[in-house]
Amino acid sequence: MTALPASLATTPRLDRWINIAPQGTVHLSPGKVEIGQGLLTALAQILAEELDISVSRIQLRPATTGVSPNEGVTSGSLSIRDCGMSVRAVGAEVRTLFLAEAAKRLGVEPDTLVIDDGTIRGAGNLTTSYWELANSVSLAVDATGKAAPKTAAHRRLSGSGIARLDGPGRVFGTRPYLHDITLADMHHGAVVRPPQPGAKLIDVAPVDLGSAVLVRDGSFLGLVCSSAAELRTAVARLAKAAHWTAGHELPDPHGLAAWMKAQPAEHEVVAERGVTDAGHPSHRRIEHHFLKSYLAHGSIAPSVAIATWHGDDLKVMSHTQGIYNLRDDLALVFGLSTERVTVEHAEGAGCYGHNGADDVALDAALLARAMKGTPVRVQWSRADELSQAPMGAAMAIRVAADLDETGAIIRWEHEIWGNGHVARPGRAPSPALLAGYDLAAPFPLLVAKDPALAAGGGGAQRNAVPLYDFPNWRIEKNRLTVMPLRTSSMRSLGAFGNVFAIESMMDEIARATGTDPLDLRLRYLADDRARDVISKAGAMAAWGRRPAEGRGIGLGFARYKNTAGYCAVVAEVDVSLDPRVEKLWIAVDVGEAINPDGVINQIEGGAIQAVSWTLKEDVRFSRQDVESKSWETYPILGFSEVPEVEVALVSRPDDPPLGAGEAAHGPTAAAIGNAIASALGIRVTSLPLTRDTILQAMEA
Amino acid sequence: MATTHLMLNGAAVEATSAASEMLLDVLREEFGLKASRFGCGEGSCGACVVWVDGQPITSCTTPLWAVGAKAVTTLEGLGTPEAPHPIQQAFLDEQAFQCGYCLSGIMMTAAALLAHTPDPSDSAIRAALDRHLCRCGSQARIIRAVKRAAASMRDARAG
Repeated sequence: MTALPASLATTPRLDRWINIAPQGTVHLSPGKVEIGQGLLTALAQILAEELDISVSRIQLRPATTGVSPNEGVTSGSLSIRDCGMSVRAVGAEVRTLFLAEAAKRLGVEPDTLVIDDGTIRGAGNLTTSYWELANSVSLAVDATGKAAPKTAAHRRLSGSGIARLDGPGRVFGTRPYLHDITLADMHHGAVVRPPQPGAKLIDVAPVDLGSAVLVRDGSFLGLVCSSAAELRTAVARLAKAAHWTAGHELPDPHGLAAWMKAQPAEHEVVAERGVTDAGHPSHRRIEHHFLKSYLAHGSIAPSVAIATWHGDDLKVMSHTQGIYNLRDDLALVFGLSTERVTVEHAEGAGCYGHNGADDVALDAALLARAMKGTPVRVQWSRADELSQAPMGAAMAIRVAADLDETGAIIRWEHEIWGNGHVARPGRAPSPALLAGYDLAAPFPLLVAKDPALAAGGGGAQRNAVPLYDFPNWRIEKNRLTVMPLRTSSMRSLGAFGNVFAIESMMDEIARATGTDPLDLRLRYLADDRARDVISKAGAMAAWGRRPAEGRGIGLGFARYKNTAGYCAVVAEVDVSLDPRVEKLWIAVDVGEAINPDGVINQIEGGAIQAVSWTLKEDVRFSRQDVESKSWETYPILGFSEVPEVEVALVSRPDDPPLGAGEAAHGPTAAAIGNAIASALGIRVTSLPLTRDTILQAMEA
Repeated sequence: MATTHLMLNGAAVEATSAASEMLLDVLREEFGLKASRFGCGEGSCGACVVWVDGQPITSCTTPLWAVGAKAVTTLEGLGTPEAPHPIQQAFLDEQAFQCGYCLSGIMMTAAALLAHTPDPSDSAIRAALDRHLCRCGSQARIIRAVKRAAASMRDARAG
């Protein structure tokens, strides 16, 4: 018996995962959700593989609390590892049960049977099928761990890949997003948010809102209309009629690193190796201070939810990443037992972490409470999506390295200041939902924390411990206990800033010691998989060549979370005007790639998104208010700025799948920074890397 | 109630929405055509792009009165699974999407480009699509898909 994969261990009953219908279909009920990455296609592929059925027989059920397995949050590049491997194990268990029943019926040994698209054949003309046996085989049993999934050599689908099952629906516009769903008698609501973070509602002047229903609870102010058109007029009037106090003071945008270092914080030594402050004398010390800005999730679709109260029971349709987590927080807000709240997932646009999806669900539930029995839909504005949703946390990072007289790295220090990276719903005794802080009886602000490295791969400290084999190190972090700008999980969490800092340092050390940056990395890496992706990316980019005038070439590498996917990126950057990434060469090893094109798509997309974060993105704010409220004030990478991307996948079908969604972000940022440094001889340590930050670095 | 005459995906229809309503809201709310999508309401992301007389416009900033009797084409009018527009087939062939929310606007702009530029350069494609935002980072694939569609349309003409 082998240990069950994580999600299956939590929900071992097979019929919670799949159901086989006599009509010839298989229903799969995963607890992880589609956030635009093609997960559902990979899950169907895995199940089809184990059951030996056509993928087209599989129907996926939307994740719903009380029905679907509780798989926590769809995050952390864990969906294939936890959910995918559970589905694989479930498939193997179910296949074994059906083969046993078929063998009994046909009077043969199970290992003499073969399965072809659900038809089970034995010697001669003996046949039966999953569909014929569906009513005879009970799946109301727990997984045993005794059924072995196919070995790599016997898989025919994994590694060859199939087109996205949801592709036609997306290309022809026929697959609805939650934004497109209309329920009978659905009403439309909106929330008028405080004009500045922390502002309180004083009063609302008399205002003609037509037939709109006004909802006020403390500083939570909203309204419900019978039509979206009516709502558009009424919400503008209500916003003008509301009077607010001033808000709380925001961080100093012109001295963000100093501000973070001056705030009350919880200090933690994340990791220590060897003796960092004694022993070998330092011959040379290299030290840099890095800064990562606040980032906005910036999903192309603003968050939306539909809530309906039936008596004291609440039902919410949401594009949340964690249906059970949201359910638990909604139950906390309304003082209900969790059984009275149902959260049903419906797809939204691409999701890159804890955005406004959960917050808008509470907005809808609060407004719908005034309209019992009637579904109320709330869709945020673009301004609220950019400025009210949790942000990716800013980070100040100091990295120092001591070298001996031979240039060897003998000590390494890495210290982080900033807010925590996780304030997700469903994990604390009080809710993490925005409107909860504005109610007449408000819940306390949930200040973002960082999960432990061992438990969740860390938050701020994710990828802060070098993968390089240095003899001594000391890694520390200072998590702020105040949070004037709300922060929570954004793709790769602290890894983006930490990998940028570590890999920038590696190039600085290479420059100081006259070493090739690629060789320096290989010198400190024993792990062959790490060495392979670095060498491969180097070969793809013809590492060592001189780029054209005005251009630089740089390398970045990380193993995400130090336990997941390996990714090396070489960037060629033109610095003659605003820095512009011309091309990225990427080598990646994610273990078994169920759907290789899906992995490459994730890596390409992750790298392009990281180019945007690295070159352009910076949430703008004053001491009073967030100023990034539109795509004009929060610009992201456009088509004219997108680099060419070439991805090579190192195939390892016998190794466990490691996840692809977040592997490229840190290495891409680092490769760009190193390319700029190589072209200009200037180390730019403040993100984003713009003409302005380059000029500042030149003047410093 | 005053109505507005519209040519919508080749059919003459009457819109009862107020003439001041934006075309996107009329398409989605009155006619149930949901493929054109709301992203910003400010004409700066391109998720809502449709054709008016063959020209791609942001329907979230175009009031109904400004459309008048001109022909409106949405993604629903561009192609179907049975008869896909070459741009749709190319996006499937290249798997040029992740979440797909930005896709309909991008395909409308790309199809309009290919209608008058049969062999667009890389930079012409980028320039045409520059007002479209894609947050998943599918741009590199999308550019490849537009080139593939251009080639298949040229082949079809030559054939």
